[in-house]
Amino acid sequence: MNRVKRTLAPYLLVLPGGLWLLLFFIVPMAAMVSLSLQQGDVINGYRFTGHWQTYVDAITDYRVQLIRSLVYGLIATIILIVMAFPMAYWIAFHGGKRKSTYLFLILLPFFVSFVLRTISWRQLLTDDGVLLHPLKEAGLLSSGFHILGTPSAVIFGLVYNSLPFMVLPIYVALERIDPRVLEAARDLYAKPPTVFSRVVLPLALPGVFAGVLMTFVPASADYVNSQVLGSSSTTMIGQVIQAQYLANSNYPMASALSFMLMAVLLVGVFAYARALGTEDVMNAAAR
Amino acid sequence: MRLGGVSALGAFLAACGVQGKGKPQASVAPDAVEKFWSGKAKNGKVDFANWPLYMDPKKPELAKFTAKTGITVNYQEVIQEMGPWFAKVQPQLSAGQSIGFDLMVITNSVQFGQFRSGGFLAPLDHSKLTNYAANAAKSYAQEAFDPGNVFSIPWASGITGIAYDIKKTGREITSLADLWDPKFKGKVGMFSDSQELANFGLLAAGLKPGESDEAAWKKAAAKLKEQKDAGLVRNYYDQSYVDALGKGEVWLTQAWSGDIFQKNVSDGTDFRFVIPSEGGTIWTDNMAIPITATNPVDAITLMDFFYDVEISASLAEYINYVCPVPAAQDQIKKDAAAASGDDKASLTEVADSPLVFPGAADYEKLHYYVDFNTAEEQQKFQSIFEPITLS
Repeated sequence: MNRVKRTLAPYLLVLPGGLWLLLFFIVPMAAMVSLSLQQGDVINGYRFTGHWQTYVDAITDYRVQLIRSLVYGLIATIILIVMAFPMAYWIAFHGGKRKSTYLFLILLPFFVSFVLRTISWRQLLTDDGVLLHPLKEAGLLSSGFHILGTPSAVIFGLVYNSLPFMVLPIYVALERIDPRVLEAARDLYAKPPTVFSRVVLPLALPGVFAGVLMTFVPASADYVNSQVLGSSSTTMIGQVIQAQYLANSNYPMASALSFMLMAVLLVGVFAYARALGTEDVMNAAAR
Repeated sequence: MRLGGVSALGAFLAACGVQGKGKPQASVAPDAVEKFWSGKAKNGKVDFANWPLYMDPKKPELAKFTAKTGITVNYQEVIQEMGPWFAKVQPQLSAGQSIGFDLMVITNSVQFGQFRSGGFLAPLDHSKLTNYAANAAKSYAQEAFDPGNVFSIPWASGITGIAYDIKKTGREITSLADLWDPKFKGKVGMFSDSQELANFGLLAAGLKPGESDEAAWKKAAAKLKEQKDAGLVRNYYDQSYVDALGKGEVWLTQAWSGDIFQKNVSDGTDFRFVIPSEGGTIWTDNMAIPITATNPVDAITLMDFFYDVEISASLAEYINYVCPVPAAQDQIKKDAAAASGDDKASLTEVADSPLVFPGAADYEKLHYYVDFNTAEEQQKFQSIFEPITLS
């Protein structure tokens, strides 16, 4: 009896999580892949026909947007690392007693909804808005100058909306570094740059990786920033998928694009994990 | 275009009805009306889904309706574009569930056809539409998308043209070619609705939307692609184009006739609207009852109420869209005579406005939407124009 219980225990423990994954990940995923190979329309219904052509059409018509999304996501992620690392570093090592206050300040703007914050930026940056109007009146900018509608505006939005998701994991990684390790490095005559590059940075990398996962993937798939801050020349793949589902009712195309986006992101993330050293990274992701 | 007969509008719409290359006539089972309406009773409330800028925000007409009938109206401006609206309500309609609205205003678009062929619209009981029978312009019963007004009656018609901010453009805008002028790089707004967009592409390429085929669509798409690749188009908009024009994001944009009038009235702006010399398009927005409506009797009562001459005049006075009730023109003139000052001037302007009561000369510049004979044709059309707005 006891032995049976013991052998069953791990399976029982994994059951809730497993069921969750099955119901909310595996099943929808299978449905999506199946839908992407179907043909028909919303009125008469869709039938599975193994129609691979949808993928060919998706690549022909929308590869530009797919590549653009990955590039925007990548640029935003690099900017985020460059911005978030010093912030996290300073808070972790020089924050003193106010560490949690500083973290709270970083999170404060995020108490307002994501979409509202993005729309607020649109109000601020708009062509005749509070920022640009005075500069145009003063003749410093031409009347046609605009920030909104450019790739920079979209990437700015992606960076702004993802900042805490990069700062927090890096902060957690830095915070758990034992100060005595740094002391030891200094005792062994390491100069500050060496301490940073040989001790701090390697120990912080798992945090950076977690940050990249939490920013690159959502940023590449984002459709709000480009919708609100962008223009017809900054369309991202998320917008295309959204429009195919929610405006054109072209479910197979939307499914095919979603599947391709996910596949590309997974490959990207795995390649990155491999480059960084799989073991550490998987441990970091598991933390 | 064939013109003649009693009213220019009538002739125009009749001609259009004929143009609809062998469209199926009112295809509804003879007992469908009876079957839908039997056992349905007044519930004292109605949920009404409409577009923004389609009624005075103070909603005087709805207040009068409630006072007269005791039916309260929950008026929501939830429709911004036909595609997303159809995609949003289609799953519930397919499942036979209520969409939360008893009355909706939908355009004679691809999606109107989808609503119809999906069996998502309640057949109207014309015995409940007495004002409509008495006052509506007869031509509306001949529109190709719903001959005989089996499923819908018009809310208003409108014209798609160009709106512009003359302070920014520095000159009057007169033609579609202005939308392709490199001087306005990044300052041109176009519609994201594939039919609206295609129509202007077709007209700019010298083609007629109502008579276009696949080859014409490809030419139009190339023309639109050229406009986009030159960086002229700031964005492809739904109803939000009005806001973009107000914020100076676009200087000239595809626009719906009445919106600009209302924007100028409510915000004191001085935007202008023009039907381009190459032509604009005319469409009809229609009131229809979803098949799953919970208060259909209240909804059809409200539909008919808007065909009361005074009410339709009052609505046209504010929204400045083409009024389906010809007698409203005299009513607005009467209202103008009774008013004074600014109100008088503005009412006189509405009564004489070619955008509200277009004359024969105006109709000559207006084109109807692309007509589809089959679902495949329509899908082909969309696959040609969708990549433009989405890439």
